[in-house]
Amino acid sequence: MNYVIERAAQDEQQPEMRAVYGEELVRLAEEDERIVVLDADLMRANGTVCFRDRFPERTFDLGVAEANMVGVAAGLSATGLIPFPASFSCFAARRTFDQFFLSANYARQNVKLTGSDPGVAAAYNGGTHMSFEDLGLMRTIPGIVICEPADPVSLRSLLPQIAFRRGSSYLRLHRKPVTPIYAPSETFELGKGKVLCEGSDLTIIAAGAILVAEAIAAAELLEEKGVSATVIDMHTIKPLDEDLLVRWARTTGAVLTAENHQVQGGLGSAVAEVLGEHCPVPHIRVGVQDEFGEVGTQQYLQERFGLTAENIINQARRLVEKKTGTHRERKGA
Amino acid sequence: MKTEDLRMLKEKALDIRRLTVEEIAHLGIGHVGGCLSVIEILVLLYYRHMTHDPANPSREDRDKFVLSKGHAGPALYAVLADRGFFPKDLLYTLNQGGTNLPSHCDMNKTPGIDMTTGSLGQGLSAAVGMALGHRLKNLSGRVFALIGDGDTNEGQTWEAAMSASMYGLSNLIAFTDYNKMQIDGPSEKIMRLDLLQERWESFGWFTQRVDGHDLDALDGALERACAEAKRPSMIIADTVKGKGIPHIENDYTNHNMPLTREDAEKVYAWLDRCESELEETNREVQP
Repeated sequence: MNYVIERAAQDEQQPEMRAVYGEELVRLAEEDERIVVLDADLMRANGTVCFRDRFPERTFDLGVAEANMVGVAAGLSATGLIPFPASFSCFAARRTFDQFFLSANYARQNVKLTGSDPGVAAAYNGGTHMSFEDLGLMRTIPGIVICEPADPVSLRSLLPQIAFRRGSSYLRLHRKPVTPIYAPSETFELGKGKVLCEGSDLTIIAAGAILVAEAIAAAELLEEKGVSATVIDMHTIKPLDEDLLVRWARTTGAVLTAENHQVQGGLGSAVAEVLGEHCPVPHIRVGVQDEFGEVGTQQYLQERFGLTAENIINQARRLVEKKTGTHRERKGA
Repeated sequence: MKTEDLRMLKEKALDIRRLTVEEIAHLGIGHVGGCLSVIEILVLLYYRHMTHDPANPSREDRDKFVLSKGHAGPALYAVLADRGFFPKDLLYTLNQGGTNLPSHCDMNKTPGIDMTTGSLGQGLSAAVGMALGHRLKNLSGRVFALIGDGDTNEGQTWEAAMSASMYGLSNLIAFTDYNKMQIDGPSEKIMRLDLLQERWESFGWFTQRVDGHDLDALDGALERACAEAKRPSMIIADTVKGKGIPHIENDYTNHNMPLTREDAEKVYAWLDRCESELEETNREVQP
């Protein structure tokens, strides 16, 4: 496959994203004393215990009270600090939405909210904890930055940019071990998608640890079957890299989006909005189709909701047929 | 408090009440009741206790104030204008399109506003964050907050109460504007807040209860709160919603109501009488 980036060594062990998150926050806090960490009784789950050990006075565990946590973060920001509050994405987004909307964003504060364990990653915590709607909620907040890094290398590169860009943000963080994607030297720019490989038949746009890895696996298998796909890691969901999206939609004439989220409101919607206005091409959205989550292993849930390389392949072939069909119809007319 | 200081504050409370009424009457409608119940608390803070600098509203070494009941913004705007944060003329732009004085407080629009508020329950959390921030940065400035009955209904207020006590935020001093009225009726009928003092005490706050229109009593409570070294402080101020407009006092429909020129004239007449009485008293106490 025509990779345009250097890949991670394939025998590399699977690192935990939360460990990278915690370590990186410690590193940032060593450089900048404004960095503070907040949590709502999930520091162990979110990988920030190392931060508490290193900077106990700059760590605020607010107990199981997420709304207050986000409000306190806004107050800390109003004194010039850079707060990183975190919780599971279901609570970070749903339960604190008004606080995050108003005290953080409307008040133009600098609150770096992290929602961990998004979508099917919630696995054994089940439907109550399975956020398929957080991106939809967050995308409606004016001026916010929304980022979902796919692996440790991209997380390391993007986190400082999130920290030092003035304004509030939502980091959708996979916390468990992930498939390494990028070579350690790879760098990322907030708001700019990363093209992993270039192909001519369709463009696959994915975000997050699960779907970027599945998209790459799908593209490799599609290649064997004679379908050539461009794969883009759209780590920044807002602001969306519209130029890159439109360029590749024009080049390949078909777009498939893949996300660990409802197809309503998330990456698929964001892409469809841009394509509809600037480059209407056939588009298929792989993601959760208007359903609530449920309990199970991550593997079971990926299969249950079609968040697999296999489903991406099937939908990609459908999409290419659709594209050719449209092409034929146009020719016939 | 010295007699002349108390006299100055009383006069100031009359001025601010008049200015607030002028400001709302100019528009013709507003959150009259909840603005008029907080006047003495604001006057005490901004004319006696808080460090602030109108020429440099964002200097770091100042006290901060969070008006969690953001709809009382117009009363705070009157105070800020009188203190010189912005020209008094601006008061007559209240709620007009493009104004810097929106119905609810906005820190990015109005000089002197320290926190954006408007969704009840959020202010105390922000004040907790500010108090933690001041402590972390070794800033001596205290954080004052003012919440209302509606705020007290919100669960988030009690989350904030827990956290302030957990972190021993003695640099946080809050007031409850306890006017016992909310939009749909008396709190007694909508959401009872009885044993309010016991509630705050049980959350670990140094709690006092005083007449919220008695500047001397409020001042005493605030002095004691400032001296408290370990706990956050709550001063429950018994107030009257709509205080100063006798014919609407304690009428729950005064939450957001039209205020006509005639209404305003009645208030000014009443304020004039109060002023004359105050001058009379002053003459009596002076040798």
